Amino acid sequence: MASQEMEQLVRREYKEGFVTDIESDTVPPGLDESTIAFISNKKGEPQWMLEWRLKAYHQWLKMTSPSWAHLDYPPIDYQAISYYSAPKRDEDRPQSLDEVDPKLLETYEKLGIPLHERAALAGVAVDAVFDSVSVTTTFKEKLHEAGVIFCSISEAIRDYPELVRQYLGSVVPQGDNYFAALNSAVFTDGSFVFVPEGVTCPMELSTYFRINAANTGQFERTLIVCESRAQVSYLEGCTAPQRDENQLHAAVVELVALEDAYIKYSTVQNWYPGDEDGKGGIYNFVTKRGDCRGDRSRISWTQVETGSAITWKYPSCVLRGKDSIGEFYSVAVTNGRQQADTGTKMIHIGEGTRSSIISKGISAGRSNQSYRGLVKVGPRAKGARNFTQCDSLLIGDQCGAHTFPYQEIGNSTATVEHEATTSKIGEDQLFYCQSRGISEEDAVSMIVNGFCKDVFQELPMEFAVEAEALLNVTLEGAVG
Amino acid sequence: MNEDVQSDVQRFLDRLDERVAERIAAQGVEPSWIAARRQAGAARFEALGFPHRRIEEWKYTDVRSIARGDFRLATDADFSPATAARLTLPVEAHRLTFVDGVFAPGLSQLDDLPGGVQLLPLSRALDENHEAVGGPLGRLTGVEFSPFAALNTAFMEEGAVLRLAPGTVVEKPIILQFLSRAGEAPVMSHPRILLEMAGRSQATVIEHHVGEEAAANFTNLVEEIILDRGAILTHYKLQEAALADLHVASIHIEQARDSRYTSFNLNLGGGLVRNDLVAELNGQGAETNFNGLFYGQGRQHVDNHTLVNHNAPNTFSHENYKGILDDRAHGVFNGKVIVKRDSQKIEAEQSNANLLLSDRAEIDTKPELEIYADDVKCAHGATTGQLDEEAVFALRTRGIDQQTARGLLTLAFAGEVLEQVDLDAIAERVELAVAGKLPERFNLAGLVETAVALNEE
Repeated sequence: MASQEMEQLVRREYKEGFVTDIESDTVPPGLDESTIAFISNKKGEPQWMLEWRLKAYHQWLKMTSPSWAHLDYPPIDYQAISYYSAPKRDEDRPQSLDEVDPKLLETYEKLGIPLHERAALAGVAVDAVFDSVSVTTTFKEKLHEAGVIFCSISEAIRDYPELVRQYLGSVVPQGDNYFAALNSAVFTDGSFVFVPEGVTCPMELSTYFRINAANTGQFERTLIVCESRAQVSYLEGCTAPQRDENQLHAAVVELVALEDAYIKYSTVQNWYPGDEDGKGGIYNFVTKRGDCRGDRSRISWTQVETGSAITWKYPSCVLRGKDSIGEFYSVAVTNGRQQADTGTKMIHIGEGTRSSIISKGISAGRSNQSYRGLVKVGPRAKGARNFTQCDSLLIGDQCGAHTFPYQEIGNSTATVEHEATTSKIGEDQLFYCQSRGISEEDAVSMIVNGFCKDVFQELPMEFAVEAEALLNVTLEGAVG
Repeated sequence: MNEDVQSDVQRFLDRLDERVAERIAAQGVEPSWIAARRQAGAARFEALGFPHRRIEEWKYTDVRSIARGDFRLATDADFSPATAARLTLPVEAHRLTFVDGVFAPGLSQLDDLPGGVQLLPLSRALDENHEAVGGPLGRLTGVEFSPFAALNTAFMEEGAVLRLAPGTVVEKPIILQFLSRAGEAPVMSHPRILLEMAGRSQATVIEHHVGEEAAANFTNLVEEIILDRGAILTHYKLQEAALADLHVASIHIEQARDSRYTSFNLNLGGGLVRNDLVAELNGQGAETNFNGLFYGQGRQHVDNHTLVNHNAPNTFSHENYKGILDDRAHGVFNGKVIVKRDSQKIEAEQSNANLLLSDRAEIDTKPELEIYADDVKCAHGATTGQLDEEAVFALRTRGIDQQTARGLLTLAFAGEVLEQVDLDAIAERVELAVAGKLPERFNLAGLVETAVALNEE
């Protein structure tokens, strides 16, 4: 046993890789109308929701999987995936931590994020998603006082149907793209946040996603609405247990910002990237889009992507309101055989809209990474302004870094700037550090962290610490 | 393929059948390799059809104005000598002239070619020794590159061949002049250019596309440039075609060790223009310089696609493209740099800057990098915007009015490319053309006065 532990340590395998043995209430693999009806029924959804899902399903059937990304993966068998999995005692959900299945709590312990402690210490409300059903929601009362709704999307459909109906699919329509259509048909959970007019959310909202049962894809649906002058900061973090078969994750996140509203959405993604041969990692196909509907509204995306075998993700902003602002800060780190195709879209529609894009990519091992972005300035977007900076760092001679920035400019008063560089870690920088007694690995870590500083400083404190640690773990073994 | 598209393709294929039949009647059967390539080109074109906007490479360029056209093939090279004299660049040079794709000996200047230089029309090169042409022709681009390259291969019969012996340095520039006529019916031409430069040879080639103002023809050019060790080529492509002319060109360059290729792709004319430049850097020390300038007005559509493949270590590429767009003009720039695995010590720089003068003008730009090696220095930048307000202010403090200042700065924007041009005749011609195209509100008269005054100072 001890030698086994030793070996694990030496091979520095994925720390969060383990499977909790909880009986799941899982439907057999396969997708047809009855699967969707089952999910909808299981969730106790109204008729309109089922119809909405079916409409998405029928659109999905007519679509084909996108092939334009710089990614290479075997075709996904959508009939081999089970679309619903929930912890068994669904009917009587725990109301407090004491009632939570001890095995679940143990899972969180193993992850190093004891829920109660963390929630209390950090003052963060946690809507913890274990597989597909929310098991516990804390700090709900405090939020309730402020008038902020923070619950799972299933609860929202049940308790606030008129709000959900008004906003769901208004940013990412059912037929937006292949994976969004699939998600719209089969999503099982996710978060719903509604911040009413003039309210600044009293705390940072956070959800920890976990993928557990074997062969279940996770289809999260998150909807965040900020009314006029409202503000919220939302944190999303992910870990997943290790397994052999590829797991599909196709989430949709929709943000709506009305006049003068501000939404800050931060993600740290650390899903299982697969073993040395790239086997078994998560496939992550995510559609994230924010709609700056009101004048002077602002949406800011910050992401740290270190996990997943395949990442296909383009958090975007539709800048509709006059003088609205879109921001995208991203650090993506790939190692082993990971592949990431990620970037953003900034669609300038309104007058005086501004956007900035800072993307830092680090490729190591045999990984491939692409930045793919679009800046579009419409004819009515007078005085629109964009600044884009995307830098790539290459570690090792077997990796790849690619940049595909699109600019479509249809307005003479727009100013759009794009800069990109690709290089390896400067040998002179490394030498400088080493001449001061810093080991090569530490020096690389320092340089990489410095390279990412512009993005890390956008992250909330707790995440910034986590992000730096994650970066170091991901790049372990990449040097020397 | 729907019926319309099919009938478009069929119309071009019918024209090809007619042409082949005529040629056999007049000149007898062609060498079998040419006939075979022609067939391969036609088959490929038939299979692909004209590109549509759902194809990534053609996302921003609609070629229906070509596909729906009914173009004949010219059979003579008659051209008014006075007009030709006016259009010809005032440069002392060796010159090959083509009128709607047909070789015009009377407008060419092939006397006193120095030793080691072979410059002749493709038809003559094929007559004299077709096997010598058959080897290199089509080596850099088969029929796969694009439907237009396939179409060119199916129709090819005329063009230019330039061969330089090792160490040959050609003092005078070589002009390849393509004249377009205004006729009763539009015509098409599919010129094919082959430049073979042996080790350490040096030359300047000026490719000049120009014509009568009312011309509305379709030119579909394919060019192959092979630079052996240490060869140096400066290549100007000055495209001043009539505003109704349709112009598609693909230029393929293969570079051996220590060779240097410098391109100036200057596009002022044409209603629909698409240029593809593809450089293969196959030997260490090879260097590619892509310079470009385009000015679009009215409803002009100018699309430049460039690709640099760094296939060997220690290779270098520099790219600088500038575009000015007015009225409803549409500009497209796509620059791609690919660094192959194990191609270490690469330096690649790419820059594209665009100036929009009207709210109805549009630019779509996409500078791409695909890098599979780690010891590289690659950078690209793209900007689109307006004139620097501080620069406008600086001129205004010197008593120059607002509009003149804007005109001067627009001219200076183009000047950043033109100052790299060594041939004064070309730099001046393009500068004057740009000045002439500037919107009237930029106070042209004042501009010229100011320019003269600045010159005198």
